[in-house]
Amino acid sequence: MSQHASEPSRAGTADEIDLSPAPGARGVRGDVVLEVSGLDVTFPSADGPVRAVRGVDYALHRGEVLGIVGESGSGKSVTSMAVMRLLPNTAEVKGSVRFDGRDLLTLSEAEMTRVRGSRIAMIFQDPMTSLNPVYTVGAQIAEAVRAHHDVSKQAAMERAVELLDKVRIPNAKDRAGSYPHELSGGMRQRVVIAIAMANDPDVIIADEPTTALDVTVQAQILDALAAAQDETGAAMVLITHDLGVIAGQADRVLVMYAGKPVEIGTAEEIFYTPRMPYTLGLLGSLPRLDRPSERLTPIPGAPPSVVNMPPGCPFGPRCPKHTERCDESEPELRVTTGPGHLAACHYAETLAGQEAADVFDNEVADHEALAGLAAGEGTGTDGEARA
Amino acid sequence: MPDTTELSTAPAPARDREFTVEERSQAQLVFRRFLQHRAAVVSLCVLVALILLAYVGGWLWKYDAGQYTPDNSVPPSWDHPFGTDSSGRDQFAQVLRGTRISLQVSVSVAILATLVGTVWGSVAGYFGGKTDTVMMRISDLVLTLPLIAVAAMLAHNFGGSWYLIALVIAALYWAYVSRVSRGVVLSLREKEFVEAAKALGASDTRIILRHLVPNALGSILVNLTILVALAILLETSLSYLGFGVTPPDTSLGLLVSEAQTALTTRPWLFYFPGLFIILIALTINFIGDGLRDAFDPQQTKVRQ
Amino acid sequence: MLAFAVRRILYSIPVLIVASFIIFALGSASADPLAPLREKNPPAPPTVIEAERLRLHLDQPLLQRYFSWLGGVFRGDFGPSVVSTANIGHDLGDRFLVTIRLIALAMVIALILAVVIGVLTAVKQYSKFDYAATFLGFLFLAMPAFWFAILLKQAGVSFNLAVGSQAISTIGQASVPPPKGTGPYVLDILGHMVLPTISLALISYAAWSRFTRASMLEVMNSDYVRLARAKGLSRRTVMVKHALRTALIPLTTVTALDIASIIGGAVVTENVFQWKGMGDYLVTSIRTNDVYATASWLLIAATVVIVFNLIADLLYGVLDPRIRYA
Repeated sequence: MSQHASEPSRAGTADEIDLSPAPGARGVRGDVVLEVSGLDVTFPSADGPVRAVRGVDYALHRGEVLGIVGESGSGKSVTSMAVMRLLPNTAEVKGSVRFDGRDLLTLSEAEMTRVRGSRIAMIFQDPMTSLNPVYTVGAQIAEAVRAHHDVSKQAAMERAVELLDKVRIPNAKDRAGSYPHELSGGMRQRVVIAIAMANDPDVIIADEPTTALDVTVQAQILDALAAAQDETGAAMVLITHDLGVIAGQADRVLVMYAGKPVEIGTAEEIFYTPRMPYTLGLLGSLPRLDRPSERLTPIPGAPPSVVNMPPGCPFGPRCPKHTERCDESEPELRVTTGPGHLAACHYAETLAGQEAADVFDNEVADHEALAGLAAGEGTGTDGEARA
Repeated sequence: MPDTTELSTAPAPARDREFTVEERSQAQLVFRRFLQHRAAVVSLCVLVALILLAYVGGWLWKYDAGQYTPDNSVPPSWDHPFGTDSSGRDQFAQVLRGTRISLQVSVSVAILATLVGTVWGSVAGYFGGKTDTVMMRISDLVLTLPLIAVAAMLAHNFGGSWYLIALVIAALYWAYVSRVSRGVVLSLREKEFVEAAKALGASDTRIILRHLVPNALGSILVNLTILVALAILLETSLSYLGFGVTPPDTSLGLLVSEAQTALTTRPWLFYFPGLFIILIALTINFIGDGLRDAFDPQQTKVRQ
Repeated sequence: MLAFAVRRILYSIPVLIVASFIIFALGSASADPLAPLREKNPPAPPTVIEAERLRLHLDQPLLQRYFSWLGGVFRGDFGPSVVSTANIGHDLGDRFLVTIRLIALAMVIALILAVVIGVLTAVKQYSKFDYAATFLGFLFLAMPAFWFAILLKQAGVSFNLAVGSQAISTIGQASVPPPKGTGPYVLDILGHMVLPTISLALISYAAWSRFTRASMLEVMNSDYVRLARAKGLSRRTVMVKHALRTALIPLTTVTALDIASIIGGAVVTENVFQWKGMGDYLVTSIRTNDVYATASWLLIAATVVIVFNLIADLLYGVLDPRIRYA
């Protein structure tokens, strides 16, 4: 791929920097299987073009799990739909998606059809609506098999039962004859996972696979996903807004905000040494079992509209580290703690050793202090002490 | 999306103010979306022009409807834009009068049927259970019968003048409206804001007036416009069969009916009233389509 | 399924009975069968009127008349007509066969048109074809059935004049007298059906094609169609097997609901083409205040509507596995 950046201290753009993980990071992985670069997706709308994705780069290695995290509207789902070429025709997609030595974005529809489901499989968010209500689940899995393999209907059905068994659906043989509405949400998501496994893909993209499910079922589905990955040896892109889901699953994590990656690194780097205030804020809003007494730290405000984005850092208006410099130019991804750990923040280094509460509570504490002073009470010191 | 940014930057408004701001922007949004539907806007202009022509134009026009002029069976000319019939009546004046009557019939039908049908359907849908079953069985019963046949039967002995025809048609169309409004109410009843209002102890009347009716307004309005178009077609069909408006009154349907034997000799008598019927029904349907798009919050999603 | 069918049929019976009573009461209240006799010039002698009153059971109270009509329905004569020699049941039977072939063929053509146009406009949403088809659909929705029928009939007449022979039949449901032999007879009937069927089908298809388009668009944007594409199925397979198959299910209900208005459209169409069918029978019955005949006509129409809805319900159950009748 690209050469190593010779001077990590100088800010380099993403394409100059090696996106491969740092040597010695956990997880077994090989060469790059899917490489997204400069991906840009724009939708037309009544209020002007919506730039849903603005320059996403990532490399996915054989066998690894890449977590993509972000709030709704951050462009994480659109990115994966663009990879699968499943966006509506009105969407304008730029950049490249290299897979198996080819750029998926330049393939004909017929060639892309051969890739979908067989080489790259996808799992969607809502299992309640992902399956066609008028066919049995067995038939829908068998259909996926027969789409890429010239086998008899009966053989495909046997394979379907086998797959249902692998995703741990009890009485797989009977269940294959069930219609989707006869199964629970968790069971249906297992069926969708079985469909994804059907042709031993190289890449599985799971778009919020647990979001629509009960908390009690989420862990089972994550297990089924891990089993699917073991079984097929596929690399996986795990898209979620829940850092908790990422924590136990992902080797590397990509954090997205307003259509752009703002931090990328190994799971350890993201969780223990985040270098983008947004990531820190996300971590602060995550309940932690190891620190039960601590209060959660919310990020104030809401993500910006992606129509007519002002210049500067999109997170600026919500960021406690915000200065005038942040409004002038949008910070590029640059190397921080390690060669594979990039963050898009002018003040990345100032985050070293800080907790979410340290960064985000500042303002609140200051306001409280001011309010306290104005009221003539001596609570100001409290606020200062906390800050 | 734009809403969220607005929320994040604007200072938190007082509760009451927030509501009024919401409501106005909702109406503006609907209006703006309607303006984006080009066919609907053009149709609205054409329809308004037609209505003005029928009422003001008919009053200004040099000939009265039913007035005998010395020109018999004259093809369209400057003096008689739509020609004249065999006894010298000016077809333009006749068509304008027919338009007035047809419009009066269909608008009355739409308003009457909407009032009765909406109340009927909402009550059934809101209260559910036995009330719903009984009330909807009655609606279904009405829907089992071919409208035109029952209307013809009733109108033959009661009808003749335009308001009686309107009454007969409305007495049958309300069942359609009740079905639609029941569906709307049923879906709204399950919405969170209605449950929230119930949890806060709001009375049935308050829930229906404050929450259900404003939210169902879009569907009711769309339905009302479509009903106008349906009613004008049914009225003309009835008049054509001879069970609708009868002379000395006239309607567009009656004019076509009278002209059908003269199609080869005096085709203008047949084409002009027919074109007016189509023009009215077409524009109203387009307006209804525009309203539906404007009220449908899913619209932006579909447009993608 | 069978149990549901039986239950559904049993449930239809009381509906039909209530409907028949309302039909009869409305018919009796709105028309006086003796009025034409009284208004005759010179007026008919009182003895004739009195005899007619007895023959039509008008001396009896409404409920009794209703039951004697119902008895007539089961006997097959459907009660006495104002035309003393006529047998309502027999006449209606003949007329029904004439009209049902028009309705059935027009519905089949309208459905095919609706599905083809609805699917194409949905797949090519916002294309020139979509706009053109949508405008045409709106035009047919706005067109009075009789006006379009008269226009078509005139076109047929002009065509015949141009070619100098009776190439297209424009009047009646069959030639009088009918041609000899089965082949020519069937051809003659089909020939007479051409214009009325086109007329009724075109007037009826538009609403269904709009519905198909909307239903198709909704399904095409659904998650399961997206998953079907993600599986690597070809666009064609996705459209036919997943989108179309599911989108058409609700059309069965819509079609059944519209059957009443199709019958209404048939009445007007038959009138234009001067068919001796149900439509003509209805108009004559109403004009002559023939209460038993009008009520019988409405009863048959209501039965057709109920039967169609029954079939649609059962079909829905077959097509959509989510509906399971215990």
